[in-house]
Amino acid sequence: MKIVVCIKQVPDTNEVKIDPKTGTLIREGVPSIINHDDKNALEEALKLKDKYKDVHITVLTMGPPQADVALREALAMGADRAILISDRAFAGSDTWATAKTLTAAVKKIKDYDIIFCGRQAIDGDTAQVGPQLAEDLGIPQITYVTHLEINGSTVKAHRALEDGYEVLTTKTPCLLTAIKELNQPRYSSIRGVFEAYNEKNVEVWNAKDIDISSDETGLNSSPTNVRQTFTPSPKGQGMVLEGSGRDTVCELLFKLGEKHLI
Amino acid sequence: MSVTILKDKCRGCRLCLKACPFDAIKMEDGKAVINYDKCTNCGACEASCRFESILVEREEKKTGIDLSAYKGVWVFVEQRLGKLMFTSLELLGEGRKLADKLGVELSAVLLGYDVDGICEELIHFGADRVIYANHRLLQNYTTDGYTKVIADLINEKKPEAMIVGATNIGRDLAPRIAARLNTGLTADCTKLDIDEEQRILLQTRPAFGGNIMATIVTPKHRPQMATVRPGVMKKLEMDKSRKGIVESVKVKLNEDDIRVNVEEVVKSAKQIVNLIEAQYIVSGGRGLGNPEGFRLMQELADALGGVVGSSRAAVDAGWISHDHQVGQTGKTVRPKVYIACGISGAIQHLAGMQSSDCIIAINKNPDAPIFSVADYGIVGDLYKVVPMLIEEVKKLKEQN
Repeated sequence: MKIVVCIKQVPDTNEVKIDPKTGTLIREGVPSIINHDDKNALEEALKLKDKYKDVHITVLTMGPPQADVALREALAMGADRAILISDRAFAGSDTWATAKTLTAAVKKIKDYDIIFCGRQAIDGDTAQVGPQLAEDLGIPQITYVTHLEINGSTVKAHRALEDGYEVLTTKTPCLLTAIKELNQPRYSSIRGVFEAYNEKNVEVWNAKDIDISSDETGLNSSPTNVRQTFTPSPKGQGMVLEGSGRDTVCELLFKLGEKHLI
Repeated sequence: MSVTILKDKCRGCRLCLKACPFDAIKMEDGKAVINYDKCTNCGACEASCRFESILVEREEKKTGIDLSAYKGVWVFVEQRLGKLMFTSLELLGEGRKLADKLGVELSAVLLGYDVDGICEELIHFGADRVIYANHRLLQNYTTDGYTKVIADLINEKKPEAMIVGATNIGRDLAPRIAARLNTGLTADCTKLDIDEEQRILLQTRPAFGGNIMATIVTPKHRPQMATVRPGVMKKLEMDKSRKGIVESVKVKLNEDDIRVNVEEVVKSAKQIVNLIEAQYIVSGGRGLGNPEGFRLMQELADALGGVVGSSRAAVDAGWISHDHQVGQTGKTVRPKVYIACGISGAIQHLAGMQSSDCIIAINKNPDAPIFSVADYGIVGDLYKVVPMLIEEVKKLKEQN
């Protein structure tokens, strides 16, 4: 079974803080990590590899040269092959163009039974690239996977809904997107880290290598454009009531009553 | 394709530094300079510059799409097991506003099997037209079935914009349709508007965990597609006198078109916390100190006739389940009254509750950021304040 896992290197947005004076993001020193859901996707592939003998895992990422670190981490966790698609021509790609670019790379990889993605990346939160990639490849998709069983070419998965889940079945080749309820990602072993940096290598492919035209990748080909960005403005200053005794509580309820809020 | 700063025009005002989502602009000798290793050509800096000193070279690409051929606003109506999802009503309210600004028709797109009863309701909540695809194979949602039917309808009828609820189903469906039609899609929008001059949909959404907001446009592709965060938009009051057209459309769908089978739909056994429709929400955070604190939250919520919410910190600590979580990675809520107890007010949390009608914050720390969005704040020990509040609310309710 051949598996391709798509991952993204992201800034750890939990660490992003706002400078109270300027209202801008403080990005200095924010560490880069493998996106959480993508790690769950990789873990599920590794679990299949633990279970079955003939599993081969390729990790694929699109990003700047420094995304090499994320791929090395994936290799250290147990992936067999790592590919970085990197080119200035890809810069500014929206989800449509990102999916087209990944599609070109997957077509070059050629053989696959399952493509795993994380549901969404914490920097963009779009959850769009997985389904768009599946559409561009013309394969079925199951998103929000919380449980997975694979038997030959039959895939059975639980797909999370807000109020429960669906039990779905399909055939390979297919694309699955993972969420954190699916599993607990493993840590890389010391041996794994050694191998990732000394014995395995990261292949780097550019636009020419994956044979993608400028009509399908980068800023100018992206259907969506950013028109403006801004930091959300806080609501107008409210009123801090004096004290914290019973009088204060009664005053609060009186004010709510005045506004017909209670 | 690149971003250039015209040094002679740059006044060193630093506005572009603020606007850049990728930290790719620095100051050097009082002028802005782009770090091309970080720049992604997103163009966000261009709009921020007041001196026309930033040049984003965009090749004018002809998409060959006749934009004027596309007309009307569509809302995807989500039903599960024949029951309309609340967020579809919110979308109709928002869609109505957009359609009125554009002076076009608002259509609700309903797929299902024998769900005729829903059609009238959609008109009462704002639709001019219901495009109804009724077919046995559309009874359950499937990615393949729904994508095919909607993509075919869009190709035939050409709406200029389509909005879809950002539910687990909407976020599975919309990207698939957008990819098939090769158009743009903006995820999880929290604000929509129309640029009336250009007749373009302005799609605003949070990015970087809610730390910044971005307004996205799809200038040259149609339809302009967006998913919309549940709980953010307002539904209209039901108006039974509203009239509209129900248009049943022919469905061309075979079993072979659907490659994923739905074996079973399992409803969660535990009670769903209905944060999105609640009028009163009492939320607890790390300041509760222990999981038992949520009992007090529940008591106040019960007294008010509301439900319990929480911050991410309390969920991460394992004090309460994720379905109570309010914020960027939880639910977005807009109740009449939101009471935040022991919640400091991280930006992730604020992103999910700041459009509540009235926010009350109870916190020991007078400098907690939650007070900056609160209408009323009480600085004090929540374990003293909340029990008094419960007593007084109960008294008040008895009087009425």
